[in-house]
Amino acid sequence: MIRLVLRSREPRWLAPLLICCAIAITYLLTAGPIRWAGANPMAAYRRYVIWPLTSGDSLGEVLLTSTPLLFTGLAVAIAFRAGFYNIGAEGQFLAGAIAATWAGTTFDGLPAPVAIPFALAAGAVAGALWILVPALLRVGFRIDEVVTTLLLNPVALLCVQGLLNGPWRNPVNQFPESAYIGSGYNFPKIIPGTRVHLGFAVALGLAALAWLVLARTATGLRLRAVGLTSAGARFNGVSVERTMLSSALVSGAIAGMGGVSQVCGLQGQLTGEISAGFGYTGIVVATLAALTPIGVVLVALLLGDIVVGADSASLVLQLPPQMGQVVTATLLLVTVGILVLRRYRPVLSRRRKAAATMARVASREEVLR
Amino acid sequence: MTGEASLAASSAGDVPLVELRAIRKSFGDLVANDGVDLTLRQGEVHALLGENGAGKTTLMRILYGLTRADRGEILIDGAPTTITSPRDAIRNGIGMVTQHFSLVKPMTVTENVMLSGAGLGPIDLGAARKKVLAAADRLGVTIDPDARVGRLSVGEQQRVEILKALYHDCRVLILDEPTAVLVPQDVQALFTTIRRITSQGLGVLFISHKLREVTSVSDRVSVLRRGRVIDTIDATGVEPRHLAELMVGRPTLGVERESAVASVAAARPVLDVAHLTVAGRGRNAVDDVTLQVHAGEIVGIAGVSGNGQRQLVDVLCGIERPADGRVRVDGRDVTGGGPQEMIAAGLGRIHEDRQGTLLTDLSVEQNLVFEHLAEFRRGPFLDRRRMRDYAENVIRRFDIKAQPTDTVASLSGGNVQKVLLARVLTREPKVVVVAQPTRGLDVGAAEYVHRQLLDLRKVGTGVLLVSEDLEELLALCDRLVVLFEGRVTGELAAADATPEGLGLLMTGAAA
Amino acid sequence: MIDIPDLITAMFVSATVLVYAAAGEVVTERAGVLNLGIEGTMYSGAFVGFTVADHTGSPWVGLVAAIGAGVVAALLMGLLTVTLGVNQHVSGIGTTLLLIALCDFSNRLLYSGASVYIKPFPQLFQHTPIASQYLLTYIGFFVVVPFLAWLLTRTGFGLRIRAVGENPEAADVAGISVARTRYAALLIGGVLMAVGGAFLTLAMVGTFTLNITNGRGWVAIALVIFGRWRIWGAVVGALLFAGIDALQLQLAITDTFAHVPREIMIAAPYVVVIAALAASGRNVAYPGAYLKPYRRL
Repeated sequence: MIRLVLRSREPRWLAPLLICCAIAITYLLTAGPIRWAGANPMAAYRRYVIWPLTSGDSLGEVLLTSTPLLFTGLAVAIAFRAGFYNIGAEGQFLAGAIAATWAGTTFDGLPAPVAIPFALAAGAVAGALWILVPALLRVGFRIDEVVTTLLLNPVALLCVQGLLNGPWRNPVNQFPESAYIGSGYNFPKIIPGTRVHLGFAVALGLAALAWLVLARTATGLRLRAVGLTSAGARFNGVSVERTMLSSALVSGAIAGMGGVSQVCGLQGQLTGEISAGFGYTGIVVATLAALTPIGVVLVALLLGDIVVGADSASLVLQLPPQMGQVVTATLLLVTVGILVLRRYRPVLSRRRKAAATMARVASREEVLR
Repeated sequence: MTGEASLAASSAGDVPLVELRAIRKSFGDLVANDGVDLTLRQGEVHALLGENGAGKTTLMRILYGLTRADRGEILIDGAPTTITSPRDAIRNGIGMVTQHFSLVKPMTVTENVMLSGAGLGPIDLGAARKKVLAAADRLGVTIDPDARVGRLSVGEQQRVEILKALYHDCRVLILDEPTAVLVPQDVQALFTTIRRITSQGLGVLFISHKLREVTSVSDRVSVLRRGRVIDTIDATGVEPRHLAELMVGRPTLGVERESAVASVAAARPVLDVAHLTVAGRGRNAVDDVTLQVHAGEIVGIAGVSGNGQRQLVDVLCGIERPADGRVRVDGRDVTGGGPQEMIAAGLGRIHEDRQGTLLTDLSVEQNLVFEHLAEFRRGPFLDRRRMRDYAENVIRRFDIKAQPTDTVASLSGGNVQKVLLARVLTREPKVVVVAQPTRGLDVGAAEYVHRQLLDLRKVGTGVLLVSEDLEELLALCDRLVVLFEGRVTGELAAADATPEGLGLLMTGAAA
Repeated sequence: MIDIPDLITAMFVSATVLVYAAAGEVVTERAGVLNLGIEGTMYSGAFVGFTVADHTGSPWVGLVAAIGAGVVAALLMGLLTVTLGVNQHVSGIGTTLLLIALCDFSNRLLYSGASVYIKPFPQLFQHTPIASQYLLTYIGFFVVVPFLAWLLTRTGFGLRIRAVGENPEAADVAGISVARTRYAALLIGGVLMAVGGAFLTLAMVGTFTLNITNGRGWVAIALVIFGRWRIWGAVVGALLFAGIDALQLQLAITDTFAHVPREIMIAAPYVVVIAALAASGRNVAYPGAYLKPYRRL
C-alpha cells in the first residue's frame, strides 16, 4: 500500500517533472478512446497541438477561440486567489452578454469610440451584479459561495432563453436570437486576414494588469494573503471581507466583459449558444494556470489550440470534436491529482514487513524461554 | 482475595500491560521520539512528564495508532503487536482521550460513545443508552445520554471521552493533558475517576507537564526530555524539585535579570486597561479587568487555561471587540480598534496561535514587511529591492535560520517565533503583548525568547506576558496579575509570589 | 383548466430523477464530500443506460450498466478528493466535464447524431391516474428514500458517515476509516445519481439527446441544502420543484399565464433556494468537514 507523507521541502525540479508526467499520463489515458475512434493517437495529438500553429489562418482561430477562455480563466483565477470559489463565471459571462446586447440594440446609433467602452462597462457591471448576491452572502453570512454562484448559472441561461423566446426574439425570422447590435459596437479586427478581434487585446491587457497588481503591489499581496491564510491576514490588519468582496466583484466584471467580447467581437447578436461552457472551462484554465495571470494566458492559448485542432481532427481524422474536451478534462484531473505530490511524498507502507519482523522477534523470544 | 484477582495480580508482576521498545519517530529534521522504552503495569497510573515538545504526545499517538513510528515495537501483554490505526489500538484494548477532544459535536452523548464500537448494521440506541448510563454509574459520574455533545461543558465532554474508551472495555487508558482545560473542581473529580478506573485493574497513561498533578495521582513517573526517557521513578514520596530538574535538565530557570526599575510606579503606563469586559458563552469571558503595564516592566498574567486570557489577548491584538471598558496604549485610546490601530499606537502583538497569526504560505520576507507595507511603496508598486534588503537585514539581526523566500510553513517552531519577535521588535513598540511565547519550543529557543523579553524591559518597553508556565512567569515578571473565570483575583509583586499562593488565586479559592 | 391528477402524475415522474440524485448527494455531503461530479454522473448514467439498453434490448440491463457507470464516476471522485485530497470544487467540475465529454464523444461514434429510440420501462397501473408510474419511481419513493433515511440515522454505518462528515479526526480516533467510509458514501451516492440519470433515458424520454440532464444535477445540489442535508427534506424539495415544473407546463397553455415566460418559472426554484439560504442567514449548518480533505499526520 502507498501512503502520502508531508514533505519537509519541495525539490526545485519536482514541479516541472510532475507536469511532464501529467502530460504523458494524459496522453496514455486518451490514446484508448482515440484508437477506438479509429485514429492514430500520435497523429491526433499532432493535429491538436501542432497543426493549428502551422498556418496563419488557424493560428488566428486559436487566438479567437482562446479569447473567451482568457476572460473566464482570469475571472476565476482572481476570485480563487482571494479564496472566493466562484463557480459562476458561466452566469456572469451570460449576464455580460445580455448587457452588451441590451446596449447594442437599445442605443444602436452610438459611434464606436463611445459604443465599445459603453458595452464593456455595461457588461462589467452586469457581471459584477450577477456575483453580488453570492458575494454578499459569503462575506456577510458565511454562506458557501460554491453553491450560490453555481445555482445562478442556470438562472442566467434561462434569462438568455427567456429574452430570446420573448421580447428579444428576432422580429424578422422569428428565430430565438436577438437583432444584430449597432455597427458601432462591433469590435474591430486587430490582425488583418483573421477573425481575431479587440476582445483578445482587452483580455491580454487585463491579464497584464492582473499580473502587475498581484505580483507587484501591496493590494496584490494582501489579496494573496487573504486567499492563502485568511486568519493570518485578519490578524495582520487586512479586512478579509472587503478584500474578498472586491475580488469577487472584479472577477464577475471580468467574466461579464468576456460575454461582451463574444457578442461584440464574434456573434454580433445574442444567441442561446453564446457560451459553450466557457465559464466552466474557465475553472479548468485557472486551475491549470496555478491561478497566475501569465499561466492563464498560456493555458487559454493551449486549450484554444486544442479546440481548433479538435475541429480540424474531426474533418481530417473523423475523430469526434468532443475528444478535445476529453483531452482537456483529463489533463486537468491528472494534473491536479499528480500535483498533490508537490506537498506529499508517496511512501511504500511497510506494514507487512513490520509485521514479519515482529513475528521473527516473537518466535526468537519463545525459543529463549 | 478471589482467584481471579490474585491471578491478575500475579500476571501484573510478570508481564506488563503495555511495553514500548526503542520507539523512534522523526518529522523531517525534528526527532520527536528517540529510542523510547516504556512499560505500563496493570492497575497503575503511569505519568509521562515533560516540557512541551518533549515527545509525550507523539509517543502516545504512536501507541494509539494515530502516528506511525519509524522504528521500535509495541508489546501488549507481552506479545508483539502491530498498531497502525486507532482501530488496531481499540482492538487491543487501548483507549485514548486526546487533548483536543475527538467528539462529534452535533451528535448525542450515546451516539458519540457507541461510535467506535458500532458495526455497520442497525444500532439499538435504547440498549446503548442503558449501557452508557451503566458505564457512567461505574465511573461515579452523571451524564445525560441524550444531550448533544456540543452543548456540554468542557468537563462533561471529557467525561464523555472517558466513557467512550471504557465502553469498549479498554484495559489501557491514555489521557493527554487532561487537566489543561479543567477547572480545579473538575480536576479533583477527574482524579477520583482515575482512581476508580485503576482499582478495576486498568492501566492509565497520564500525560502532563504539571509536577503537582503528577505527584498526586500517579504511581510511577517517566520523565521525557527532547524525545528521550530520562528516568522512570516511583512517584510516592518523590520531591517535586527533583522531577523538575529531570524535566528541564538544568537547575530550574535562572535567567539573569537586573533588579526592577527603580520606581516602576512612577513610570508612565504604556498599556492601560480599564474595566475591560468581553462577552462569552454563559458568563463574560473577560469580566471587568483593570490592569496597567508601565514602561520597563514585565507584567505576567497567570491563570489556568480558559480563564479569559485568550480573549484578553484577542482584544489587545485587535481581533476581538470588547463589550465594555477602555484600552489605552501610551495614553492613546484604542478601545475596539483593529490590528492597524493597535500597531499604529505602538503595541506589538505576539499571539499564542502562531500559525493563525502568520501568513504561513507566504515567504518570510513578505511576513516581515506585511504589517507596514505602505513604507515599501514606490509609486503604485512595491519596492522589491528594498523589501529584500530589509528582510535580509532582519534575518541577520535576529539570527533566523531561513532564506527571505522560504515560506513560513517550512520553518521550525523556534524560527517561527523568531520571525514573530522580529516583526514586532523592529517596529520599536511601546508595549508588547505576548502570549505563551515558549509553548512547544525547545529549551534553546525558549531561552532566546526570554532573553529578548528581558532586553525589551531593559530599553524601557512594557511587556504583558500571558503564560500557563508558572516558572516562566516567576522568573521573568516584575508583577503578576491572576485571572480566574475572567476576573482579576489577585495582583502581586513577583518577589512576593509563591507557587502555592498563586495556585490558590488561580483557582479562585483565595477570593 | 388545470388537471390536478395529471399534474400530480407529472410531478412524481419528474421528481423521480431529482429524488435519486439529491438523495445520493445527501449521502456524499453528509460524509463531507461535495460531489460536483453529480451532473456528469447523471449524464453518464443516462447515456450508458440508454446505449446498453439499445444494444441488449433490455432497459433492465441498461439500468445495471448505468449503475456501473455511477460506480466508476464515484471511484474517480474518491480517488481525487479522498485519496489525493484535491480541492473538491475542481475535482467535481473536472469530473463532470470529463464524463460529459466522454459520453458525447461515444454518442457521436456510436450514433453519429441519429436519434434512436429504445423500448422504455413500462408504466405500472397504466390507466389509473396518479398511480400510473414507473417501477423506479415506486422504488425511489417507497424503498430507496426510507431505506437511506433509516441508514443515516439508525445504523452504525450511518453513524460513521455522519461522524466522518462532521469531525473526521474524531472518527479516526474512534477507529473508523475516514477514507473507506467516504468511498462508501461516494459509491452509494454515485449509484443513485446514475440511476436518476438513467431514469431520464430509460423511462421518461426513451432516447438520449445532448444535454439531456440540463442542469438537474445542480438542482439536486440546491435541494440538498434546501432539505438541510436530510433525505426527507430533499424529497420535499424535489416534489416542490417538480410540482412547479409540472404546473408551469400546464399554466403555459392557459390564457392568464400564456404571456409569462416559462423560463421565469423554471428559474424560480433556483432563486427560491438562494433566497432560503439568505433568509436562514448564519444558521445554515453545513456538515462540519464540508469540503475538507482528511489526512492523518
